[in-house]
Amino acid sequence: MKESYNWIMNQLPYTAPFLFVDEIQYVNDKGVEGSYRFSPDADFYKGHFKNNPVTPGVILTECCAQIGLVCLGIYLLGQKTALENLGIGMSSSEMEFLLPVFPGERVTVVSELAYFRFQKLKCEVKMYNKDDKLVCKGVLAGMIGVVNE
Amino acid sequence: MLNEEKYQKLKEIIKIYLPEDVAVTDIDQDSHFMNNLNINSANLVDIVLDVEDAFDIRLENDDMDQMQTVNDAMAIIDAKLAEK
Repeated sequence: MKESYNWIMNQLPYTAPFLFVDEIQYVNDKGVEGSYRFSPDADFYKGHFKNNPVTPGVILTECCAQIGLVCLGIYLLGQKTALENLGIGMSSSEMEFLLPVFPGERVTVVSELAYFRFQKLKCEVKMYNKDDKLVCKGVLAGMIGVVNE
Repeated sequence: MLNEEKYQKLKEIIKIYLPEDVAVTDIDQDSHFMNNLNINSANLVDIVLDVEDAFDIRLENDDMDQMQTVNDAMAIIDAKLAEK
């Protein structure tokens, strides 16, 4: 049986319609892999684009960040800290988009840790579609830590 | 290493992370990274990591907390170099 990462999922500070993580495949000190299926009912498909729904790049970036940075960050912090006052914020993103992601597609995000120091987490992320084709890739960074009272 | 040399080396690093509305000439020894140079906490981490590489030292969380101004950074670099 796969190791349970429910405790990480439960710590994620997102909810519908802005939660873009379904499942974590693995996470360790060096990186994380997770997946998400874009619901065809998502509101943004009504406007992006008119009569031609394609997942917006910012949403792909967000999905990469939620899996690649936040899930990993929670794992790295959670090993030694109680995460009651989690503070997070994206600080930079540099992404390239190679293939479109259509409504209903399931994607997998693979993230490799560059560094996590002084509360700054930086990762190299790659997103693949169900055919294992690279959809987008880039470097994301954010600040993540437990906020002191 | 001379103080001036250290200061120039540090300035070269800081320069990379300055926002567009701050000029290199705005940097002086009393400059506060966040308040005067408009450097955010994420970029301050990058400065620290670059300083570590440039001077071959390692900073800890306490050093990071104390590093508010360019002078603070100089003092921390001096202390770390002295420990070596």
